[in-house]
Amino acid sequence: MPTPTAAESPLLDLLTGFIVELRNAGLPVSLTENLDAMEAVQHIPLEDRVALKYALAATLVKNNSHWKAFEIVFDVYFSLRGEEYVLDSELTDDPFEDDEDEDGANRGQGGEGNEGQGGSNKGMTPEELAEMLYNALMNGDASMMRSMARESVRRYAGMEPGRPVGGTYYLYRTLRNLDLDGVLEKLMQQQQDESEEDLSQFEQRLQRDEYKDRIDALKKEIEAEIRRRLVADRGVEAMAKTLRKPLPEDVDFMHASREEMANLRKAIYPLTRKLAVRLARKRRRGRKGPLDFRHTIRTSLSYGGVPAEPKFKNPRPKKPEIMVVADISGSVAAFARFTLHLVYALSSQFTQVRSFVFIDGLDEVTEYFEQTDDITEAIHRVNSEADVVWVDGHSDYGHALEVFWNNYGKDVGPKTSVLILGDARNNYHAPNSWIIKDLSERARNVFWLNPEPKSYWDTGDSIISEYSQHCDGIFEVRNLRQLESFADNLA
Amino acid sequence: MDHRFESVGDVRDKLSSVDYLADDAIAGIVHLADRLEKPILIEGPAGTGKTQLAKSVAEMSGARLIRLQCYEGLDEAKALYEWNYKKQLLRIQADRSGESDWSELEDDIFSDEFLLTRPLLEAIRADDPVVLLIDEVDRVEIETEALLLEILSEYQVSIPELGTVTAKQIPLVFLTSNNTRELSEALKRRCLYLHLDYPDMDREKEIVLTRVPGITEHLANQVARVVRSIRQLELKKHPSVSETIDWARTLVLLGIDQIDAETATETVNILLKYRTDIEKAVKDMNANADSYSG
Repeated sequence: MPTPTAAESPLLDLLTGFIVELRNAGLPVSLTENLDAMEAVQHIPLEDRVALKYALAATLVKNNSHWKAFEIVFDVYFSLRGEEYVLDSELTDDPFEDDEDEDGANRGQGGEGNEGQGGSNKGMTPEELAEMLYNALMNGDASMMRSMARESVRRYAGMEPGRPVGGTYYLYRTLRNLDLDGVLEKLMQQQQDESEEDLSQFEQRLQRDEYKDRIDALKKEIEAEIRRRLVADRGVEAMAKTLRKPLPEDVDFMHASREEMANLRKAIYPLTRKLAVRLARKRRRGRKGPLDFRHTIRTSLSYGGVPAEPKFKNPRPKKPEIMVVADISGSVAAFARFTLHLVYALSSQFTQVRSFVFIDGLDEVTEYFEQTDDITEAIHRVNSEADVVWVDGHSDYGHALEVFWNNYGKDVGPKTSVLILGDARNNYHAPNSWIIKDLSERARNVFWLNPEPKSYWDTGDSIISEYSQHCDGIFEVRNLRQLESFADNLA
Repeated sequence: MDHRFESVGDVRDKLSSVDYLADDAIAGIVHLADRLEKPILIEGPAGTGKTQLAKSVAEMSGARLIRLQCYEGLDEAKALYEWNYKKQLLRIQADRSGESDWSELEDDIFSDEFLLTRPLLEAIRADDPVVLLIDEVDRVEIETEALLLEILSEYQVSIPELGTVTAKQIPLVFLTSNNTRELSEALKRRCLYLHLDYPDMDREKEIVLTRVPGITEHLANQVARVVRSIRQLELKKHPSVSETIDWARTLVLLGIDQIDAETATETVNILLKYRTDIEKAVKDMNANADSYSG
């Protein structure tokens, strides 16, 4: 039951635009995948938005970390436009009222009751609205929550047509008026009052998680509603462009927002696990060693005594020692944190890992990591306890390197790889670059990782090339993707 | 070509008849795989039902499940086919008298009789409906992946001595991956992609209800809620669905019908497998009196 050809061409246009936008958002959509998607949509009922979403996702998104980007683009392209394909799309004076039909119908239950509520919302006082919202959260009534979300956006977001403000601003305004933290406390209080006996801490905890979950769902609804309205106001292409965000692996360490930071933290653990497996595997089966005579003879028996298949020994290359020297002053701190995280997660791949942090003084922090299994906690201690300030707390690479060389230089041997992390912004102090030169003579290799974009190097007080001329390698590491590819080459 | 399933809803109903609760994404992709005749690549954390999905699909459609477990060092001889060398040798020796000439003999020893089929070839040559499961495909080296490409896109195997074996019927193919490495673009391109994550609370509750005999609705609900709370902690390894089910079974066996902090603490080692994780969870369950009061 493929769709008739007449309906195909507007859909084709829409899909083409959709895929172009996915590519703009950074998803690698190949031509075959594009064709697959076109074929896939012919096999599902088009009015089923959920099925459409999953059909497109199955053919176009081949990496879970791209899911979020896909979801946003999908919402933008297929929320409002959907109406053109719904049977009778009569637009009322308020264009936001009637996308109810397609949404409600597709989510299944609760469509009709919802419609009725929607009509009566208009004459409510803020208190009544708050009351209804509260009840919806209390009962976990999904369709009610959706219509409440819609109403609060209409009322509180203060959206004006054509105003070039991002969605975040409207979201903030809406949430400020709803005071959801207060609502959570009230919900918990009521739960407490209603139950005959005292709730145990454990039950309270579970109940709180439940409410938090519902409130998060509500926030998502509000966000989606704002997006829907913005799309209606500004058009699909413009909106898609505004909402475009870098994929997690491309987020710049130095300019990540708080939310992006949290996402990065979540992304780093699976990344390290993946890297560890890959490195272990690489070590096991790298180049082949000398002929394994016994094994070859043994195998030859199954070929009638002819040594047709020579076998070789598998050498195990030695694991390197790592010394990480990280600048943890202000702007580069986040980058240092991620790199330390990564190096320690990979510590099984190295014989020894030692770490040092500095601003203008330098301190060894290896023991923080050895005392605990929890890397996050160790990094927290690094930031709060390490003694890294010597004079004024402004980066002084020259002095930090000097301290490193005097105190720990003797520990650097031919098996040691030294990683220096920092932007080499020296605040016009003495560079002491001879230390790097001596280091690289003594160590196996010295690598410098710089979190700044290449175009900023050697501008202002950055003296990166003065140092890097003595290093075995200097890398721009601004995001997870670059960090991963560096770590891959390291072991 | 007739299809295995009528619609997305049909897939979901049939799957639930074999006790596998599919959400929209799962039912949708199985339906699509059947229509587009494409393999499904399933990625996700361990214990979320990736392998089980393939098994359940086989069960519900009455097909035979052929399974290829991947591991490091898997090669053509283990995955596709192998010539039965010893038998060939016997054949040649039996012919020492020199009755037949060499080319005849050569044709003979490279025939079907001397071919050992391995899972991939077996799935292609099967007459009955089969479901092919290529399990943990991320364990093979990236070069070995190339072995799979011909099968996945053309449903055929080329054997130099015999020619090309084409599938008599298109099998449903599932590949699973624990995501320990990035799979090659070529492989991904040929597959439909499904990320199977931990289910949301309601679905997990349903899963526990169907999978654990004799559990009360109340307990299942509590189990799902506790697991959700634990998954929100920052742990090395989050509890998987199969661990949730094990935990629920244990609770039923112990005759517990109400979970409190104490029972949760005592049995949490079924959910979590790392010492540090257990400590963290226990601390969290018992010590939230200070952080949450007020």
